[in-house]
Amino acid sequence: MTSVGIEAFVALSMILFIIGAMGVLLRRNAIIIFMSVELMLNATNLALAAFSRQWGNLDGQIFTFFIITVAAAEVAVGLALIVAIFRNKQSINVDDLHQMEG
Amino acid sequence: MDSGFLTTLVLFLPMVGFGVLLFVDSEKNKEALKWVALGFSIVTFFFSLALWAGFDNANPDLQFVQQWNWLSIQIGSTQISSDYYVGVDGLSMLLIVLTTFIMPIGILISFNASVLKERGREKLYYSLLLLLEWAMLGVFMIQDLIVFYVFWEVTLVPMYFLIGIWGSEERVYAAVKFFLYTMSGSILMLIAILFVGNAAGTFILPDIIAQVQANPNLWNETAGMASSSTVTGSLLFGAFFIAFAIKVPIFPFHSWLPDAHVQAPTAGSVILAGVLLKMGTYGLVRFNLQLFPAESVQFAPLIAGLGVVGIIYGAWVSYAQDNVKKLVAYSSVSHLGFVVLGIFALNSQGLQGATLQMVNHGISTGGLFLLVGILYERWHTKEMADYGGVWKLMPLFGGISLVIALSSMGLPGLNGFVGEFTILMGSVGSVYLNFFFTLLGTIGVILAATYILKMYQHVYMGDNKPAPHADENTYKLHWTELAVLIPILFAIFWIGIQPGKFFDTMGSSAKQLVAYVDESYDAYETRQADLEAESAAQVETNDATEDSGD
Amino acid sequence: MLNLVQMVPLVVFIPAIGAIINLFWGAKLGVKGSGYVASGAAILTFIISVLLYSYLTANHGIAQVVDPLPFFDGWIRIDAVDFAVHIPWQFRVDSLTVVMLLVVTGVGSLIHIYSIGYISHDPKYGLFFAYLNMFLGFMLILVTSNNFLMMFVGWEGVGVMSFLLIGFWWDKKGEIGWQNGNAARKAMILNRIGDFGILMAIFLMFWTFGTVTYYDAGEVANTCFQLEGAGYTLPTECESEGHGEEASGEETEAASVEEGEAEHAETGSAAEEEHATGEEGEAEHGLVLSEEELDNSLFYPSQLGVFAQAERLLNLEDGEEIAWDADGNMRGRDVQLGTWTLDIKTVVTMIVLFLLLGAAGKSAQFPLLVWLPDAMAGPTPVSALMHAATMVTAGVYLLVRSNVLIDGAPEAQFIIAMVGAITALFGGIAAVGQWDIKRVLAFSTISQLGFMVAAIGVGGYVAAIFHLATHAVFKALLFLGSGSVIHGVEHGQHHVHEYGRGHDADDEHHDDEFDPQDMRNMGGLSRRMPVTYITYLMGMLALSGIPIFAGFWSKDEILAHAYERLSTGNTLESLGGIIVLATLLLAAGFTAFYMWRQMEMVFFGKARSKAASHAPESVGWMVIPLLILAIGSIFVGFINVPSGVGLSWLFPLHNFTNFLESSIPSITIEGAGGFIWLLAIVATGLAVGAIFLARSLYGHGKAIVAHDSDALGVDPLWNMGGMTRMLWSAASHRLYLDDLYHAVFLYPYERIGYFLAVVLDWRFFHDYFHNNVIHRGFNAIGTILKNPVDIGLIDGTVNGVGKLINWFSGRTRRIQTGFVRTYAIAILFGVVVVIILMVAPVFMNGS
Repeated sequence: MTSVGIEAFVALSMILFIIGAMGVLLRRNAIIIFMSVELMLNATNLALAAFSRQWGNLDGQIFTFFIITVAAAEVAVGLALIVAIFRNKQSINVDDLHQMEG
Repeated sequence: MDSGFLTTLVLFLPMVGFGVLLFVDSEKNKEALKWVALGFSIVTFFFSLALWAGFDNANPDLQFVQQWNWLSIQIGSTQISSDYYVGVDGLSMLLIVLTTFIMPIGILISFNASVLKERGREKLYYSLLLLLEWAMLGVFMIQDLIVFYVFWEVTLVPMYFLIGIWGSEERVYAAVKFFLYTMSGSILMLIAILFVGNAAGTFILPDIIAQVQANPNLWNETAGMASSSTVTGSLLFGAFFIAFAIKVPIFPFHSWLPDAHVQAPTAGSVILAGVLLKMGTYGLVRFNLQLFPAESVQFAPLIAGLGVVGIIYGAWVSYAQDNVKKLVAYSSVSHLGFVVLGIFALNSQGLQGATLQMVNHGISTGGLFLLVGILYERWHTKEMADYGGVWKLMPLFGGISLVIALSSMGLPGLNGFVGEFTILMGSVGSVYLNFFFTLLGTIGVILAATYILKMYQHVYMGDNKPAPHADENTYKLHWTELAVLIPILFAIFWIGIQPGKFFDTMGSSAKQLVAYVDESYDAYETRQADLEAESAAQVETNDATEDSGD
Repeated sequence: MLNLVQMVPLVVFIPAIGAIINLFWGAKLGVKGSGYVASGAAILTFIISVLLYSYLTANHGIAQVVDPLPFFDGWIRIDAVDFAVHIPWQFRVDSLTVVMLLVVTGVGSLIHIYSIGYISHDPKYGLFFAYLNMFLGFMLILVTSNNFLMMFVGWEGVGVMSFLLIGFWWDKKGEIGWQNGNAARKAMILNRIGDFGILMAIFLMFWTFGTVTYYDAGEVANTCFQLEGAGYTLPTECESEGHGEEASGEETEAASVEEGEAEHAETGSAAEEEHATGEEGEAEHGLVLSEEELDNSLFYPSQLGVFAQAERLLNLEDGEEIAWDADGNMRGRDVQLGTWTLDIKTVVTMIVLFLLLGAAGKSAQFPLLVWLPDAMAGPTPVSALMHAATMVTAGVYLLVRSNVLIDGAPEAQFIIAMVGAITALFGGIAAVGQWDIKRVLAFSTISQLGFMVAAIGVGGYVAAIFHLATHAVFKALLFLGSGSVIHGVEHGQHHVHEYGRGHDADDEHHDDEFDPQDMRNMGGLSRRMPVTYITYLMGMLALSGIPIFAGFWSKDEILAHAYERLSTGNTLESLGGIIVLATLLLAAGFTAFYMWRQMEMVFFGKARSKAASHAPESVGWMVIPLLILAIGSIFVGFINVPSGVGLSWLFPLHNFTNFLESSIPSITIEGAGGFIWLLAIVATGLAVGAIFLARSLYGHGKAIVAHDSDALGVDPLWNMGGMTRMLWSAASHRLYLDDLYHAVFLYPYERIGYFLAVVLDWRFFHDYFHNNVIHRGFNAIGTILKNPVDIGLIDGTVNGVGKLINWFSGRTRRIQTGFVRTYAIAILFGVVVVIILMVAPVFMNGS
């Protein structure tokens, strides 16, 4: 079985990460941004898993599990926040949320 | 057990009382408050009597010494130490007994004070009195400059509150004035204490004295400068002197006194006159004379002069007062002028007379303030014009008052005379003062008659002016009033007729101190002369080198 | 062995106990009981005095020093490097003390008895008797003490008792009570001025001699007299002393003392031991003393009392030194007094002058005499006891006691003579102008005290004490008599008041101003009060110096002394003698004059008020002492009859002088003046002339001349107009001395006191200085600190930093857009930068 090289994983991970990052930066809908963040996290997961396999070290995979767990928690909190913001502002457009402006 | 433990015991008994008072419920047990305070002050008195009984008259040095290291710090290359160091010598013994004697009297006269009933807060009141006793005893016992300073300042706090809370109409003004006035003097002393400690490398008094004895010019030679300049010593002496002079008060630092006395509650006045003022004169003896013997001699005529001015000025001003309490307050200035004159006569007679006069003044003037307080409880006025015929209304009280007034006037056979006589006699023989000091000081004896008799005639004689709202019980003496007057009378007669015990107690200490001052002054003169000769020689050599250089 | 002399402390303790009983239980005892207790105490002391007298006469007048009860362990004792103070409570019994004891307790007892009658209507009798007993106790301390300081206790004690008794009726309603209080205060303060002198004298004495004791135990005051009395052969110096106080005599004495010194200097410590054994010996054998024990040469000077030391020092030559104490210290004439070095004579002169000031205060001498007339505000027995017989003579006693010092200071003695003479004349003149029966007697007392002091000034110590004793008797009599008169007039007044009410409306008005002591309200009392009249006459004759009455002998002795002074050859002494002689003769004339004026106004003529016409004779308690004293006034003069009158078959001559000689070293029997007929005749003539003059002026109902304007009338002397009127007016104003003092001392004292207290101390120092200078200065400094310093500098710095930060953050806050996107880009850039930083080195290093 031919194994796919590490480069492919890294490339895919990078692409996914860039897509996620672009989503975070360019989109205005909070949920979309949120999804983009998830995408970035999973890109990282992918890279970690790949490197883990490459080096035969389980640390990367352990890290991945952590990230998945944290991401789950984050989703729970994040969505709750978004709901709260929507209730408050009747919008989830992040451009409307600039009370932190200096 | 260490004999010094007794000193510590006497010192801290009032504090124990203070602690016990905190646990007495002031709402339910107002009576208990009084009795606890009185009980502890009386126990302290008995322990101080035990201290006196165990005191060895022949030993001129500190006795009942207890010393614990307290702090020891490194400043630069010098190690500076300060200890908890208590001890008693002949000069402080009597004042300790005086303090513990006056204190129960002050507490007992407060039992029925109307001002306490009016304003309440008995717990605070009695606690402050015990705190005050502790602090005053500390001042007389502590032999370490830093700890002394702490006690010295602590006395201000209870007195401040006593005047400020339970005083008369202008109590806050008087309290603040009293506090600031004495505090500002003390600050100077603190600076001087720090300088002295730094120069001597210790704050422990006997150690410093040993150094002064070795070199009386010590203060002018600090920082390795063997200079014949006398500025440093004089400044240090002055700083201590002003702190004590304000406390005494020596003319012209007396203007806080009438306010404080007139506004203070009776117990406050009694303690203020009885003990607190003695801290100043005691300080002059203990610190000015011992730390700066040479400077004391140099300034003796000046300070004795202030004392004499105080004698006459105080008496004269006292004569012109219309307010009884103010009259008595100014008479304090006059009496303490005698004490200052006696101290700076710098001989055994003067010094012993002065120390005895401190006790006498505590008893007689304390007694006079008691009288005024007892009158005030009935007439609610301090104006002499509102009194009259008290002797007729209260015959027994009139008789007792007469004895106390005569004692204050210095009638032979009563206590005031013995002190004044020995002081004035000392001032004649003083090798540092001339005859006119005595001549003028003795005029004070005449003037004392003028104001005391004026007071007596205006208040006790003349047409009856009954107290407002008088009923049949008004003119009866309450048992507490009798109980405070009888010990005073006893002391008046005892010291007047048999003062031997008192003189014996301080005899050897006073003798040693006088010898120490004389010797130190001689050594100081020699040292100064040497230094001047040296510097003159230096100048000459310099000139010579310059000449040869040309 | 029971020694009588050990009883002397009792004379102090017995009155003290009496006083305490009366003070606390007087009210329960009742007036009689109270009086019995007090009088009993007084009589007991009199008995003790008599016993002491008998003891002393039996023992050649050898003085004894007695320590009181053992629990009195000394009084003032101060341990010192040099001049350690040791002043004990110590009694001395010598002839001078005993004379004073007898006078004080004798007259005192009678007056106590008299008081039982006098004070019976006063509710404060318990207090009164307590005061009287206390006074007696203090007076006896005064006369029995063995040192100046203990004497001073009595001195001040009697002063206080005088204060209390003068002001005894302070509780009278209104102005009178207040005046009584003022009189008491005046007496006390003037006495205090005298006390100033005593204190100064004591200080000087102490620093000169190291002691204030008169004579120490075992010491002999008058060596020659004692040796003679004990039957020993007299040393040569005693022979020469008999010639009086001539210069040559003094020199011999000085020389002999020197010799004695030289001899005994080496054997000092041995002498001390010998002395100690001597005392034991005395206890065994009674009072047979060896020759050495009667001579002070056994002691070093430092072991002696004030007087013996003064005697030795005064006799030294300039620069000469003698062995002073057992340590071998030498002492010359120089006295080290603080920073001053003075000659012994200067010091002694100062001491005597200060003592004179003290005596002037107590004995009402010029210029301190103004209190005595006012002191008459007290009850009459008090005036008799204290202000005539005993207390006021304390000054005379003190001066006589200090005779050694006075002899050593002739200039001071001259001043004493002048003071005495001026006082004698002053009192005599002022007495003429008085209306108050007691005031006349008060000025008379002043005048007589002047006689005594003048006597001391001319060296007549015995004469002074003699006059003191006789005067005590007849002046007490006169005062008690006047008390009896006043009492009578008061009772008469009550009588009028009770029975005369309603009859005369005018009388009511008159009553308010009625003064029972005003002689203008009296007259004709000789018929109403015969015993009082007769006894008063005796006293008056004695006072005026009519022959055979007591005053004649004593006054004559004073005059004789002054006369003898004329021939001493010393200018100062002669001058003093002639002035004293002239003044005293004049004063004696005045004495007779004002006394007869008083007799005329009080006892003769018609009653000038209803009260006087109803005055009853006094009760027995009061009359008996009068009778006893009247008998005394006649006979007491015979105790010292001089030689040359031809009475030697009846009385021992110079008895009194003889008795006193043991305690007054400078007098001798030979020196005691003989009777000088010329002088006696002149003096008597003057007195009799003055009486006749007074009779012609005041007699036959001319005593006072009433004017319409003046209800009480005026004196005939005033009516004479011219110079006489001026003089009388001055006399009635007490020669303006009170007014002078009021203007010169009292008024300025009060004004300056007010100025110091109110203006200087309070307004300026307390208020202005405190509020403006200290308080405002503090505020000003505070303001400066607050505005430029605190707000400008410190606050400015702090605020500046704040502002800077504010400005800076204002600029930087723009970064914060609030858009998450912006932050994300920033993070992204950050990541990129970090990555570049991490990666760059790899590329840089190549490889």
